[in-house]
Amino acid sequence: MSVSMRQREIERQPWAGPKRKYDIVKEGTIAVVVVAILTIGLAWIFSSPDEPALTFKGWATSAPENFIVTTVAEIAGTSDSASYGPPYNAGESQAIGPISPAQWPGVTQPIDPVNDFVIIPLKSQQQPQGVMTALQQWDAATPDQQMTWATNLDTAINDPEGADGDPNKVPDGDYGPTTTLTAGLFHMATSGALDGVLPAPGQFFNTNSTKQIMFLGDGSYLDDAGTAFHLQGDLWGMMNETGNFPGQQWLMPFSFWYQLPIFNSADETGFAATLTANGDIYILSIIGVFMLLLIFVPFIPGLRSIPRWIPLHRLIWRAYYRRRTQP
Amino acid sequence: MLGITDPPVATPTFIEWGWFSISIPNLIVIGVMVLLFALAFVLPFPGSHGKDSTGDES
Amino acid sequence: MSTEQSVEEFVPTTWTGKIRKSAQRALPYDKLMPETQPAYVASWIYVFGVLTIAALAMIIVSGTILSIEGPTWWHESSTGHFVNSLHFWSVQLFFLFMVIHLWGKFWMAAWRGNRARTWITGVIAFVISIAAGLSGYAVQTNFDSQWVAFEAKDGLNATGVGAYFSVTNLGQMLMVHIFLLPAVIAIIVVAHVLFVRLRGVVPPIDAALVEERNRVEEMQS
Repeated sequence: MSVSMRQREIERQPWAGPKRKYDIVKEGTIAVVVVAILTIGLAWIFSSPDEPALTFKGWATSAPENFIVTTVAEIAGTSDSASYGPPYNAGESQAIGPISPAQWPGVTQPIDPVNDFVIIPLKSQQQPQGVMTALQQWDAATPDQQMTWATNLDTAINDPEGADGDPNKVPDGDYGPTTTLTAGLFHMATSGALDGVLPAPGQFFNTNSTKQIMFLGDGSYLDDAGTAFHLQGDLWGMMNETGNFPGQQWLMPFSFWYQLPIFNSADETGFAATLTANGDIYILSIIGVFMLLLIFVPFIPGLRSIPRWIPLHRLIWRAYYRRRTQP
Repeated sequence: MLGITDPPVATPTFIEWGWFSISIPNLIVIGVMVLLFALAFVLPFPGSHGKDSTGDES
Repeated sequence: MSTEQSVEEFVPTTWTGKIRKSAQRALPYDKLMPETQPAYVASWIYVFGVLTIAALAMIIVSGTILSIEGPTWWHESSTGHFVNSLHFWSVQLFFLFMVIHLWGKFWMAAWRGNRARTWITGVIAFVISIAAGLSGYAVQTNFDSQWVAFEAKDGLNATGVGAYFSVTNLGQMLMVHIFLLPAVIAIIVVAHVLFVRLRGVVPPIDAALVEERNRVEEMQS
């Protein structure tokens, strides 16, 4: 029998060679004690990070202009949430060529920013007479009329030659009730009422924070906080942690791809622009392929032979390889 | 302008090489991981030179 | 052996009996809880599997305390914050040990000799642990969970997974994190360990060479 055939036989049969004493229960007990001491020590010395959650009240108070501009974008349907696509609303989503997996399940968590973020929260609370009248005017208008008002205000407030993001500098125009609605939501936010109402207006229980996170993310408040904590995605953000703590380093093989210039391009057109715009789906596909390779290493010729070619095993089993049956 | 642009707590120091950037705490944890891996290979295991039930050592 | 029937003699007549017989034949107690180990199992690299399981035990214990007290307890109580710290650091240790274990098993080519199932369950446990970790970051109910949820949703949504695994949905993430994923991980880890006991620890890559060399030396002496 050849050595390689004998090797395969050894691998498949119960071990018949030399043995040593071994106590699996004792080993497990020691491991638990050691890890418990390590964990308690680390927790005792270093504690753990806990930065308070941002609130809409905090946003509207510390960045009022940005809150107002974002609210106008929600009414006009120009925010990130409004144009996100599946699973929140109908629209385009990231794709590899013609393949766009986000479209397959469709809209499973519908978000309609103008109603979910602005109109319904306003209606769920008692409002000043002006806001009540504005809501009635809004409801009575046709969708086209609503859109015209909202687009006029959205354009005016963001006009780089005019208001340029400053709500106080918006010139007079045909905005209908949209300015009053925006002001009404702003007051709800500064009073803290929006924080409680947004996830489930008029409901007692709320367990789904999706609408809060989406609205919060449409403005610059969350983004600025992320930047301040050095958590941006193009700066290995997913791996990092608030405060002086290690983060999810196990996401490094994933975060790595987002750092490559090709997925981080400022180009408007071309290959890099396509990859950057569809970065998530490309990177997750790459990760998916690597994951399958890792799972199926035992069956992939070449890959499974690397430990033979780079024989680190001689270090692991050096004592056994040195054994002699005869002295 | 925004109160939060100055975080109230210390953010970690980052080490940067071109597009590569890593926080010191993450670097320490990964460093410890690599070190433990290397040590596990080279440190002698107690009992690996001792007696066992059948064979004996040279 | 007077009153007990031996496994081989036992002729099962029920589903229960058939399962018992095949389980007893595949994994008799002396294989499940052995008192010896092949002599080659002698390296510090072998301790990282059991260390990973010990860290998982710490995660489960600290997580159970956190779950009993509720998701926002640890913001208000210093005891709660300490238990959260235990949870945080046991997760760091868990991944640290697991990655070293994975590297070690790769360099041993531990999938040899019908042990592919052990390798595959191990990698799947690693992947699901990453999902469990992510869901844990999303249920901290602090700034970190707002940020992680906002960032992570795009990748998940792009693949279509986000339609059903919504990191921005606190209620869903909480249940996924404290029940579903831990249950899946526990089942996979049990299967992983049983596969190790079933096949035994993989022999050295050069086991046959050593045997041959020793045989030749024996003949010469």
